[in-house]
Amino acid sequence: MWRLRDKYAIAGVGYTAFSARSSVTVRDLALEACGGAMADAGLMPADIDGVVSFHFNDSVPAMAVATGLGLPGARYAIDYQAGGNAANLIVQTAAMAIEAGLATNILCYRAMNGRSGFRLGGGRELAAHGVTQYTAPYGWISYPQAMAMWCRRHMIEYGTTSEQLGAVAVTCRRNAALNDRAMQRQPITLDDHQASRMIVEPFHLLDICLETDGACAVLVTSAERARDLARTPVYIMGAAYGGGPNQGDDLFDAMRWPDHSHNYARYIADDLWASAGIGPDDVDVAEIYDCFTYSVIMQLEGLGFCAPGEGGAFVQAGRIDRDGALPVNTHGGLLSEAYIHGLNHVVEAVEQLRGQAGARQVDGAEIALTTAGAMTCGGAMVLRN
Amino acid sequence: MTAYGKPVPAPDADSAPYWQGCREHRLLIQKCGACGAVRFPPASLCPDCGSAAHDWIAASGRGRVYSWIVVTYPVPKDIYAGDVPYVVALVELDEGVRLPTNIVECDPHDLMADMPVEVVFDDVDDTLTLPKFRPLPD
Repeated sequence: MWRLRDKYAIAGVGYTAFSARSSVTVRDLALEACGGAMADAGLMPADIDGVVSFHFNDSVPAMAVATGLGLPGARYAIDYQAGGNAANLIVQTAAMAIEAGLATNILCYRAMNGRSGFRLGGGRELAAHGVTQYTAPYGWISYPQAMAMWCRRHMIEYGTTSEQLGAVAVTCRRNAALNDRAMQRQPITLDDHQASRMIVEPFHLLDICLETDGACAVLVTSAERARDLARTPVYIMGAAYGGGPNQGDDLFDAMRWPDHSHNYARYIADDLWASAGIGPDDVDVAEIYDCFTYSVIMQLEGLGFCAPGEGGAFVQAGRIDRDGALPVNTHGGLLSEAYIHGLNHVVEAVEQLRGQAGARQVDGAEIALTTAGAMTCGGAMVLRN
Repeated sequence: MTAYGKPVPAPDADSAPYWQGCREHRLLIQKCGACGAVRFPPASLCPDCGSAAHDWIAASGRGRVYSWIVVTYPVPKDIYAGDVPYVVALVELDEGVRLPTNIVECDPHDLMADMPVEVVFDDVDDTLTLPKFRPLPD
């Protein structure tokens, strides 16, 4: 279990504009976001000695950022071959590396030309190797198609409805309307959700996240150093990463997953809350990984905000609205702000805890949850100011 | 392969007997020689006990629909445009393992949870047979 409660902090955040066509290289996006996080913390390249990222071979590796920023000597530069499941794990990894004495100030980033360049939802090669040989030949190829299978099972088990999925989409869009950097800001109604094109049943278009060119970065350092830097430190209270048995041979694969009506969140909940020393009721704002509407419902259940099967009713009752008991995805999430693979959720949590979220600020936010992952594996953090 | 134009399995050391069985219209799954657990997908070691000993057994070919999706927007578009809507399902065989497949000979909107289904072998070309499933007659 995470034993570093409050010992490490996020001291800076950075991001690029979020668009459908950046017209710059992924390297430049990464450098802009990382440079922004460094400057936000009041640090210089000479102060940075570590870089951590994750990608699907659709980005530039950490060493490219170390080189591009002119770091005098990166002592820790590493990449995870991973998807959104690693968006919190990279922050945990940075704290672990500092704890081990490998570095002192570490930049964590995710950068991608996810719309104009390599599109994650695009498809696969005709020759299906490994576990893909059992899926792709049946036309089961994209991540929306993968996650729809889980969502259907939840509907079978618990009677979850498309209208309940829609409540998540409407909430995220309402929050995005208050966010200058959000890609989709025009309000939508539940009727709009229901009328949106069916992509893969049970998912309509508005159940599916955006595709984005952009980058986000955060600067991780010790709590002690963070207190001497420019911004209010945001402390990492608790953290957990993992999943259950049979997590699969890749992110798509869940053939041997025991029960598709729950995901990784159930398996990390105890460690997460114990490491933070708080429980779900103590969370003021929750930035929950929303690659699809449905994943929010499953994580709310898995992390104990409601019982298994009650997530649909939970989101439908308005509890996740900005003025509800648990404001969720105050930036608009992957569904309406941008798809920076979950690192934008961490950036938003930091801005909320600093009181710098402007029109979308949740009054008095002191404790935030961030999550990253949707299927068999993922991670989460509890942050505080 | 070029004529078929869709993703095709690349058999490997673990899966070759499975795909060869499909060519012969037999649905073969592995049964551990040590603990007796059946498994899918094929693997060299039993995920339950770690034993390498195993037999290939012929599954009954009957099972139930565990979950399913209806693909209405084709991905990749050029490959599947002519096939939508189509159903991808996880079928739980009577032997206890789940496998991905297509449900055929059934209107996509007639699918139901736990619907009984049986295997039907689709000889898509001279080298590949895909096991698919259809509703079991009443």
